[in-house]
Amino acid sequence: MIPSRRQFIRTGLAGSLLLSLSGWLNAAGARRLSVAEREMLGALCNAMLEGMLPTDPVQRHRLVALTVDGIAVEIAGLSLAAQKEVGELFGLLVLAPARLMLAGVGQPWHAASVAEVSEFLQSWRASRLSLLQTAYGALHDLTFGAWYARPDTWEAIGYPGPPKGYF
Amino acid sequence: MFDPIRAGLASGWKHIDASTLARGQTLEFDVVIVGTGAGGGVTADILSDAGLRVVLVEEGPLRSSSDFKMREANAYPELYQESASRKTADKAINILQGRCVGGSTTVNWTSSFRTPAEVFEFWQRQFGLRQLSAESMSSWFAVMEHKLWVRPWDTPPNPNNQVLVTGSEKLAIPVGVIKRNVKGCWNLGYCGMGCPTNAKQSMLLTTIPAALNRGATLYTRLRAERLRFDGSRVSALDCMALQPDGIHPAGRRVQLRARHFVIAGGAIGSPALLLRSGVPDPYRLLGKRTFLHPVVISSALMPERIDAYAGAPQSIYSDHFLHQAPIDGPLGFKIETPPLHPVLFSTTLQGFGEAHARLMREFTQANALLALLRDGFHPESRGGQVRLGNDGLPVLDYPLGDVIWEATRRALLAMAEIQFSAGARWVSPAHETAPGYASWAEARKGISELPLKPFVCRVVSAHVMGGCGMADGPQRGVVDHRGRHFWLANLSVHDGSLFPTSLGVNPQLSIYGLVARNASLLAAELSGKPNPVIP
Repeated sequence: MIPSRRQFIRTGLAGSLLLSLSGWLNAAGARRLSVAEREMLGALCNAMLEGMLPTDPVQRHRLVALTVDGIAVEIAGLSLAAQKEVGELFGLLVLAPARLMLAGVGQPWHAASVAEVSEFLQSWRASRLSLLQTAYGALHDLTFGAWYARPDTWEAIGYPGPPKGYF
Repeated sequence: MFDPIRAGLASGWKHIDASTLARGQTLEFDVVIVGTGAGGGVTADILSDAGLRVVLVEEGPLRSSSDFKMREANAYPELYQESASRKTADKAINILQGRCVGGSTTVNWTSSFRTPAEVFEFWQRQFGLRQLSAESMSSWFAVMEHKLWVRPWDTPPNPNNQVLVTGSEKLAIPVGVIKRNVKGCWNLGYCGMGCPTNAKQSMLLTTIPAALNRGATLYTRLRAERLRFDGSRVSALDCMALQPDGIHPAGRRVQLRARHFVIAGGAIGSPALLLRSGVPDPYRLLGKRTFLHPVVISSALMPERIDAYAGAPQSIYSDHFLHQAPIDGPLGFKIETPPLHPVLFSTTLQGFGEAHARLMREFTQANALLALLRDGFHPESRGGQVRLGNDGLPVLDYPLGDVIWEATRRALLAMAEIQFSAGARWVSPAHETAPGYASWAEARKGISELPLKPFVCRVVSAHVMGGCGMADGPQRGVVDHRGRHFWLANLSVHDGSLFPTSLGVNPQLSIYGLVARNASLLAAELSGKPNPVIP
């Protein structure tokens, strides 16, 4: 999806306003994921990992929750400066106005469809704003990093895992 | 598996994990060495061998073969800077850099090349480094090759590297076999997660145990914060203990006093330490001319199994595209292969959802080639700059300009052609809008028209160089050819930050050789013995 020029300008203005707000809200730096952040990340994982996640809702929910746990672990391993930036991004995305204007997602995260979230991810991926492009990049790397770190995801890609024996 | 590090610790090595310190300390040594990678390791070995009392300061943890489980989930947070997700300030380049005892030598892919003769010639012409040449350095390289078991790898390349051989041969592009610093390598393919069999002759297994056996002291989880100096001499290094997570300060401080200070914290850490310390820098050169060998990647799906996670990760290279123009002309590039493991591959692969999943399901048939661009020679390729963030920690700016993108396009084309010649059924650059191509004709057209700019085209780096460059005088360098600082008499830099340009080769052996020379000169001076016979 290529955003129209008007959309682009609107997103740009709203984005800078909201980001300065979120910087202020999250001035304290990194902290544990809130319930709202977990819901938001769950929605992102559902879209990002479409094609790898099972269709069974119970299984899917469990694996998404595990991936969100993995994202939290990954964030704790980043530099404090990067943790703060990620905290700002998450703090922003859970705000309803940001979700609506920046991400273009009308539903609350827990109710957003895979198609709706995918469209949001694609718009940030293709954005002309480096801020949104890098935010997409961070969400991409955190999600796939958390997913493929787990041995139970390897069978689907034919990776046998590290060799065993004689160690 | 016998773990020589745990055995050494049991035998009484002086290792202090600063995260466990109950109170601050002030201690005195002959020489303080900051960093335990290629530069710090060789320095510690040579200085301790001369009878000097040395202390090593490492920000990362001490981990060894018993800890190396070949799992990305453990290895990246434990052994790499910022969990292997260190980035330039604009986040356009991801940087892989070790952070553990042994530094990047603990996690590198063992590729060993001497500094090319034409690089020394460029340094002589542009930076007046007349003492350094392929001839004058050859004995130092030979010493280190011998010590670290650097040998041609005579096991057949794994299928991932074989793609580079097959494709290149069809196009009459010459390739070579990479020398590796391994002894009894099991050909497993997990070098990047720490060698589980102690085959890799990294600093962790060679120079550092040698120094510890001679009574050297090793601090881990200790961050070098600031050098104190009066007039032209450094008097002490102030350090801050970190918590076991390696991220948060633990509150305890350690002050290390010494006759001489060697900085070997890598080409991001070393300039940052000197910047924080406010060392004299009247020509504003510190932290500038930082080079990355920016790497661009081409992924392919082959008709057969590749299993790019298995077998020696890098065993074949081609320098063909380094020699198509003068060294200061359009950027040349070296082609090699990276190993593919699930986290590294999936995070580097563009896209998400079903499109990403479809490629991941073909993981076992995936091949990747990488081109490392030789930055720092073309007049417009001036590299990046290390500066300090608000928290005093380093930030690297590296503008990706036209000369980089021009070379990127040539590199993506060259790699795609090699992959199709080797029989690839699908090729795509690591690039957000590349749709992937089913033939060389399609790829040639598509790549010629691809938009190349930050974030859209993936750029990574595993080789950080420069920032404390050598030269014949303080107008154009931070240190001299011996790594001695121009303004502070008892301060040396012994790591990849010395290089006034990039190298066009994987840097470990260049650091080993140059530091072996400079540490030997320093050892002679500090111990009052004659200079080594090697020139």
